[in-house]
Amino acid sequence: MKSDKLITPRSSAYLVERIGFSTLAILSFLLAVPIIGVILYIIIHGAPAISWEFLSRMPSDGMKAGGILPAIVGTFYLTLGTAIFSVPLGIAAAIYLSEYAPENRLTRIIRIAIINLAGIPSIVYGLFGLGLFVIFLKLGTSILAASLTLSIMTLPVIITTTEESLRAVPYAFRVVSTSLGTSRWQTIRRVVLPQAVPGILTGVILGLERAAGETAPILFTGATFFLPQLPNSPLDATMALPYHLFVISTQVPGMPIQIQYGTVLVLLVFVLGMNIVATVIRSRARARRQW
Amino acid sequence: MDKIVVEHLNLRYSDGTESLRDLNLVIPANAITALMGPAGGGKSTFLRALNRLNDLADVVAQSGRVLIDGKDILEPEMDVIALRRKVGMVFSRPLPLPLTIYQNVSYGLEVAGERNREVLDKAVKLALDQAELWDEVHDRLSDPAEALSGGQKQRLCLARALALKPEVILLDEPTSALDPVATAKIESSLSELKKNYTIVIAPHNTQQTARVADWVAFFLQGEMIEFGPSKDIFTRPKDKRTEEYILGRYG
Amino acid sequence: MPEIFERRSRESHGEWVITRLIQTAGYSSIFFVLMILYFLLANGLPVMKDVSLSNLFSTVWYPIEEYYGILPLILGSLVVTLGAALIGVPLGILTAVYISEIAPQWVKEALKPLIEILAGIPSVVLGFLGAIVLSPFLRESLNLPTGLTALTGSILLGAIAIPTIVSISEDALNTVPRAYREAALALGTTRWQTIWGVTVPAARSGILMAIMLGIGRSIGETMTVMMVTGNAPVMPDSLGALFAPIRTMTATIASEMGEVSGGSPHYHVLFFIGIVLFLITLGVNVMASRIAFRQRKRSERVLS
Repeated sequence: MKSDKLITPRSSAYLVERIGFSTLAILSFLLAVPIIGVILYIIIHGAPAISWEFLSRMPSDGMKAGGILPAIVGTFYLTLGTAIFSVPLGIAAAIYLSEYAPENRLTRIIRIAIINLAGIPSIVYGLFGLGLFVIFLKLGTSILAASLTLSIMTLPVIITTTEESLRAVPYAFRVVSTSLGTSRWQTIRRVVLPQAVPGILTGVILGLERAAGETAPILFTGATFFLPQLPNSPLDATMALPYHLFVISTQVPGMPIQIQYGTVLVLLVFVLGMNIVATVIRSRARARRQW
Repeated sequence: MDKIVVEHLNLRYSDGTESLRDLNLVIPANAITALMGPAGGGKSTFLRALNRLNDLADVVAQSGRVLIDGKDILEPEMDVIALRRKVGMVFSRPLPLPLTIYQNVSYGLEVAGERNREVLDKAVKLALDQAELWDEVHDRLSDPAEALSGGQKQRLCLARALALKPEVILLDEPTSALDPVATAKIESSLSELKKNYTIVIAPHNTQQTARVADWVAFFLQGEMIEFGPSKDIFTRPKDKRTEEYILGRYG
Repeated sequence: MPEIFERRSRESHGEWVITRLIQTAGYSSIFFVLMILYFLLANGLPVMKDVSLSNLFSTVWYPIEEYYGILPLILGSLVVTLGAALIGVPLGILTAVYISEIAPQWVKEALKPLIEILAGIPSVVLGFLGAIVLSPFLRESLNLPTGLTALTGSILLGAIAIPTIVSISEDALNTVPRAYREAALALGTTRWQTIWGVTVPAARSGILMAIMLGIGRSIGETMTVMMVTGNAPVMPDSLGALFAPIRTMTATIASEMGEVSGGSPHYHVLFFIGIVLFLITLGVNVMASRIAFRQRKRSERVLS
């Protein structure tokens, strides 16, 4: 090859480059393998435990037999409760930041507050929920208290992703709509929000995914070790998949490993299922977008 | 008849760009008034002052009066939404809203509270007719507006503004993104429309100014240098700078 | 965006109500941060009455006999986090560089979802796998008395920090203007030299922010560390501590709060630890956001 001559005088630099690129490729590969490995490992070990009985029965024999229905239902309730509080509030807050907030000190403080909410450790949310919802507001250890705690924890995720998708809608649409004699809210509702829906949905699901998998915030606010029946009011405590896994894998001696793996698999399907839904929505919206 | 009267209008953006200095101008009804001049001279800013669209930008200082039908629209108590329905605008980029063709035209009316299907249908047809677009799109009104060609899009944008039955139409370099054929269509619509509307346009070049304008205002660096009938401006400009601009010395 | 809703005089009632609601929602984050701070302080500060400062900042944590020294817990958190940073930071940044600058498109499209999956795995699942797979492996291969060590926690926390570090660093690298790279390449440098000489330095504040937020996540992580670090509140005194059981602040709160009675000194101490955690993450995040604000220029939103 002729071009080799061009390269020769600097070939050592290209050699370094080639080694560098390969090293990074290998490193990234080494990061990817365990992730795939973990998922496969859980599927292989968890699948044999999955049966209709496992998914639809109450636990029995001190959890060593039976199913995990109350934990599944509980996690569903908690996720739903979190959505009820955090989705409207988070979207409204994002609309404020993207469409209304002037660039001033107060807005900067709001942004710092959001960054801080995102950084506060989940266990500290647990303490806060215990102090405010369980004790001060007397909600007790309940689905309501746990959902409220998880909502505030989820808020920053929903706000930031929603704001991002609102800002991605071209500013010119707002100018055009305004020029046609519409108020700010009318422009937002009729032009900006509809365009941002897929992005908002993705953010909401990713936020709720995190809430569904969390254990620390619900430890003292709503999760309970065992319930003889399903919760029937928001003021009842509940079992939940992540907490259940924690309990049976650390607190119950002689727990059949099958049940543990089965619980892990169900939790993972629940959480990663949401993740996949979010990814699909996002990539579809990107393909369809006109601007 | 004097539709718009501008008195001592001053305006400055917070970042210091494109400001207006002591503008005095009378824009007649039922005619096309063209704002001519090099880029950055304040033409866009002036147009956006006429429908208060500058409210969306960072305006730090604004003084003077802009009277439309004798009413000062810069007053803080002005109902800007009603104003914008009365003063329509077409932008340089043909940008339909992400809706269907029909919805783009009916948008303003629907937001204004018009629910009656028949009224809407009629208004949409009329506006598309006025913009000379009806024949091309009447059988695909529920297609996304994005599917139209550039020139069609711009005529849709014109129709969108017309649907609100405005009295004044502002056009900010409406043909800068269009080919000559599409440009000719817009220009022919305008000469038809001027019978019933007051039209203020920032053409995108001097030739277009010469083709469409009844009146010409020459803008340079935020000031209005000269105003007069198109013929006079092009044949015997009073100001040397106007003459130099028309001769193509700058801009 | 500039304020026009104050200038608009004749907005309808509905518009006014909605605007206020949205505004209130916008301010709510400040309110929540203050509420969290208040409830931590209200439940944590009474510790000053019950427990002497010398006890609180001693090196012995043994609540049953009223030894409330939180130093071993703070150091425990630091050791585990330091280990996590040593693993997560280089791996995270290098992966981000690889994804953003080097990898072919198909690799990018495979790696990014995988890292999102890693971010989505609940910490309790990582803790479970750590206890059941990683720790026996470490015990045997390093010949330790137990596999539940600070190192085990560090490895898993590194994994937890990686998605944060990768995604934020990648964003930072992507915002480096193309022209920088092209200019460097035009001067005859290789892509490799361009990456380390131009692109990465240009993105350094974003990368720094990524590191801080990643570390912030590690400090606050609870379930994983609780399940794999052996839960022994001992003072880490040397590097060897990395290979021994340890106890972090988060794990202490999580494992003991359930057993204390409300209002007891022990209860207040646990809240006090919460305050310490809050302040540490607050510091980390404020620093990170300062970097972010310095970097971001006022966004230019051109009309039309």
